[in-house]
Amino acid sequence: MAKSEAVKVVGAWSSPFAMRPLIALKIKSVEYECLEEEIGCKSKFLLKSNPIHKKIPVLIHGDKLVCESLIIVEYIDEVWSSAPSILPSDPYDRAIAKFWAAFVDDKFYPSMKESNTGVGEEAKKAGLEKMVDGLALLEDAYVKCSKGKPFFGGNQLGYLDIALGCFLGWLRVTEKSLQTKLLDEAKTPGLVNWAESFCAHPAVKDVMPQTDQLIEVSKTVAKLRAASAPPK
Amino acid sequence: MAEEVKLFGVWASPLSRRVEIALKMKGVKYEYIEEDLSNKSQLLLKYNPVHKKIPVLVHNGKPIAESLVIIEYIDETWKHNPILPQHPYDRALARFWAKFIDEKCLTVLWNSIWSKGKEREAAIEEASEHLKTLENELGDKKFFGGEEIGLVDIAAIFIGFWLGACQELSGLELLTEDKFPKLCKWIHEYVNHTAIKENLPPKDKLIEAMSARFGAASK
Repeated sequence: MAKSEAVKVVGAWSSPFAMRPLIALKIKSVEYECLEEEIGCKSKFLLKSNPIHKKIPVLIHGDKLVCESLIIVEYIDEVWSSAPSILPSDPYDRAIAKFWAAFVDDKFYPSMKESNTGVGEEAKKAGLEKMVDGLALLEDAYVKCSKGKPFFGGNQLGYLDIALGCFLGWLRVTEKSLQTKLLDEAKTPGLVNWAESFCAHPAVKDVMPQTDQLIEVSKTVAKLRAASAPPK
Repeated sequence: MAEEVKLFGVWASPLSRRVEIALKMKGVKYEYIEEDLSNKSQLLLKYNPVHKKIPVLVHNGKPIAESLVIIEYIDETWKHNPILPQHPYDRALARFWAKFIDEKCLTVLWNSIWSKGKEREAAIEEASEHLKTLENELGDKKFFGGEEIGLVDIAAIFIGFWLGACQELSGLELLTEDKFPKLCKWIHEYVNHTAIKENLPPKDKLIEAMSARFGAASK
């Protein structure tokens, strides 16, 4: 497989999932082209590239299409296999990283969505509580995985850092809109330091959107959602 | 160091049977511990405190949870008889389809059988679409993994065996030979595969257990 074949990423600057392959490509110093999708409007190209899920991100590597953000990250790690590695080398550490990444996608992200877009105050409150519980578990996981080093992956940014870190922008939006602190020196001191290291990392800082920009996006999405809601 | 491999599972669970198939493919000896989900053991709660679910594999005292994560761990630890393909692109495709089965297929298939009224109708329609997608993906291959079973075949165990049992129990005719000839042919190869046939629960007991637990499904 020719590593030198052109790499494109179909994504959107505001999407945490689309950020994941970009970080991975930057870690590997692989050049890529961004094909930016508009919010609320899926291009024919996207629908053709990912007919099953119709979602971003999609990685286009030569004539190959890879879908699902964490699957793309692993693909990038396996194709451009020289250092720095994104996944740990030890099978058990890899399994732990994948377990927590699955937790982020299956539990943490849905709770964040619920806290922001849940219908009614009760739903938003329930989402927020689940987020707080989730962050407590992730704080614990961070302490165990990092073993005193800055990242879940140790000294280097790794798979689980990417899986969770991409949500930091939207986490800050949640903190602002619900007027609460989620990453907190008292409750999640490890994650507070980790978040700073993550956002300052050269592979992240150019692709992490500003909180204010994301707040504008959330207003646009809310308007689109209200406009497309069926009449009562 | 002598290998110590334990698996916490439930006899009627497709998820723990998946892990057993992977272990059998690799010829790994393991101790199986049957869990009572209405009365979870202290060990299970210790080894999977986050989700408190089976299956959990414990290898030399170290626990791993989530069936597809466990299967990849098994593949990386015991390297002979590979479960995932070699090339990164083929591996990405295998992971994609395994995830598709878990995230899209399992819930709608379950609801096709056990839910009622409009919810059931909608589930049946969606399940049919997903089965068509899998039928196309399988094509003329013997298994999703090619000549030999792979990650996707193991992931599809619910379709390979449980769905047939559920169809018998409920009278639902979702996966039939006229609608899905390739998947039906695959099922036949699947349930007769050496690594799989000894790892399936007895069908009559499974039907009995599902009937007792979930009640009569509407026909």
